[in-house]
Amino acid sequence: MSDLLLLVPFVAVVLLYLLPKRARTAGLWIAFGILALETAAAFIDRFATIDFGLLAPLGKLLGFHLATDGLSELVILCTGLVGMAALLVARRTLEDENEKFLFANLVLVAVVGINGIAMVRDLFSLYVFVEVTAVATFILIAAGRGDHVFEGAWKYIFLSVVASVLMLTSLGFFLLSTGGITLDAARTGLAANAPLAWIAMALFLCGLFVKGAMVPFHGWLADAYTAAPAPVSVFMAGIVTKASGIFALMRIAQSTLGGATPGREILLVVGAVTIVVGAFLSLTQTNFKRMLAYSSISQMGYIVLALGGDLRLGILAAGLHFFNHAISKSQLFANAAAIEKQLGTLDMDEMGGLGARMPVTAGTSAVASLSIAGLPPLAGFWSKLLIVLALWNAKEYAFAAVAILASLVTLAYFLSLQRRVFFGKPLEKWAGAREASVGLLVPAVALALITIALGVGFPFALKILMGGGA
Amino acid sequence: MTIEIPQSFWLYFTFFVLLLVDGLWCMLATRNLVRILIGLEILMKSVTFFLIAAGYLSGRMALAQALVITVIVIEVVVVVVVAGIILGFYRKHDSLDVGNTRRMKG
Amino acid sequence: MIWFTLLLVVLVLAALWASMTTTLLRSTLGLALASALLSVVMFSMGATLAAVMELSVCAGLISVVLVSVASLTRPRSIQEELASRRSRLRRIWPLPLVLIAAGVALSFVHAPVDIVLHLPKGDGDVRTVLWSLRQLDLFGQILILLAGALGVLVLFRKEAKDDD
Repeated sequence: MSDLLLLVPFVAVVLLYLLPKRARTAGLWIAFGILALETAAAFIDRFATIDFGLLAPLGKLLGFHLATDGLSELVILCTGLVGMAALLVARRTLEDENEKFLFANLVLVAVVGINGIAMVRDLFSLYVFVEVTAVATFILIAAGRGDHVFEGAWKYIFLSVVASVLMLTSLGFFLLSTGGITLDAARTGLAANAPLAWIAMALFLCGLFVKGAMVPFHGWLADAYTAAPAPVSVFMAGIVTKASGIFALMRIAQSTLGGATPGREILLVVGAVTIVVGAFLSLTQTNFKRMLAYSSISQMGYIVLALGGDLRLGILAAGLHFFNHAISKSQLFANAAAIEKQLGTLDMDEMGGLGARMPVTAGTSAVASLSIAGLPPLAGFWSKLLIVLALWNAKEYAFAAVAILASLVTLAYFLSLQRRVFFGKPLEKWAGAREASVGLLVPAVALALITIALGVGFPFALKILMGGGA
Repeated sequence: MTIEIPQSFWLYFTFFVLLLVDGLWCMLATRNLVRILIGLEILMKSVTFFLIAAGYLSGRMALAQALVITVIVIEVVVVVVVAGIILGFYRKHDSLDVGNTRRMKG
Repeated sequence: MIWFTLLLVVLVLAALWASMTTTLLRSTLGLALASALLSVVMFSMGATLAAVMELSVCAGLISVVLVSVASLTRPRSIQEELASRRSRLRRIWPLPLVLIAAGVALSFVHAPVDIVLHLPKGDGDVRTVLWSLRQLDLFGQILILLAGALGVLVLFRKEAKDDD
């Protein structure tokens, strides 16, 4: 079954090219259907072990060394949801049919890469799939029509190659110190306290910090997100950066570091610095998407910080924040797409009083902002609470304090965003502005509903998660 | 002529570092996009060399070779995509100067 | 041993030439030379299959791509070209000295390194490893080639459209 998650989207991309040119408009919907299936797959309990009758021998033949657990299911769920939202946004914001078709194809390729990242048990295969996702994303950015697409793509590529060099060097050290490159081999090497293995681990973590845009390697992210076309920034902010950088860190923290002290300290310090720097950079932005991008950096810092806390609770908290942030941030970028489409600008200094003109966009963006800022009873409150608890349990009181204080800054920049864009006197200039079309509102409303539902129903969700041994 | 190959980690490590420094310097000392790409390529050469050396020293050459073959395939795809992006950049700005990428604020 | 070290020295010199020479075409040539020398190094260390790949793909294919990029993008006006060349020279000239210093410094280090050795030499044939243990990587290769094909389609078609 887990093989199917790699094979189905891959085969779909190949088959889409066999379609007659006239039928290519269906490409977007076929991709949408595949992502809906993927979302459903995440809900099948332990779907990896289900025997699919006739298809079972196929899996044996291919013999991919995959393994799924709660974390993989989480990523697969997020990928499905965010991917569907991105496709819906693409349907309304990309002009050319051909562009839509290529967008659907490249998203499917990136989804295969992300599914691979979610399920591999080997550091080199992890690198391969991270690279697949990255290449698909470079092309997605550069395929846009904006003024700065090549600059954004270039910065992303530049730092990605640096990350690749770090990861491959690390694999060389792992070969020398443990003779193997699986997660388990790395764990054995670290447990034996081999110095080369720790050098290797540190290099690999640095590579993932670049991919996940942790400070001081965050330079590429804001340019890439801002330059990317609207649906691409939804997809990137929702899942690409998180899967290829942050999820890989979660996987390593869970199955390789195993709560060992040096690794934990690296994660704590990098996470805390990223939270603070990202939050303050976010305060100073005037471009809507750029502010969201710096906010992303800061929130991903929270996930990394949680990994440095108590291992079991930390992974749970990180996973929840991963989900919440994937949903809310892709929704905010969908809101940004609606605003850009209606006004033709993303400069917040030119906006004001849009709440009256675009009530649905204003309402949903308020839900997402407040959830990320951690206001009860929205979903983001619970994940931040768990993060603080995980740090408290590990006796990291100072870092818990950083987490709490930084969420005040988060609240500050989101309130400033709401005030500058939606509140205040309606400007003359935007007297003719209308609410975006239904097609653009559907993903925003759906994602906002998920945020509210998870927030209100959280106690039940937690029971299921804990009971399932996530 | 048969070449005798030494078993010293530090010999390989030294040349790996030299190639790495060369590639990094090449990238940072220029404003030309194609030259930066050449610097990136030199970095990839150094890593390829290090992986093979690691496989050789630890006696896992077959594994190291399998990894390097995959790395080479990835490398060529990345180079082709970057070439496309450089060409697009050139058509848009009529220049290969990386200074144009710094115009974005932030 | 002396021959092998010499080979590595020449490899670094080729890479140095690639990063210091004045025109892009020569730079590409230097990179191709470095690639070819690296494949000789790999061959003599016993990585025959990877050496062939390096020679054909990196020294061959990538050079072709780089040469075509260099020829499609003509140089700017001569004055500008000279000015940028001078400013680059100012930044690149310390490189050989740095490399020599680093090389000398590192050649004095002989700290013991704990390498896990797998005996007897080798862990099977590379083809067996690639096809029976690393199928996932092979799948990744196919996937990234597909992504690359889509990239060529998107990026190069876009050029053609912009030309109209």
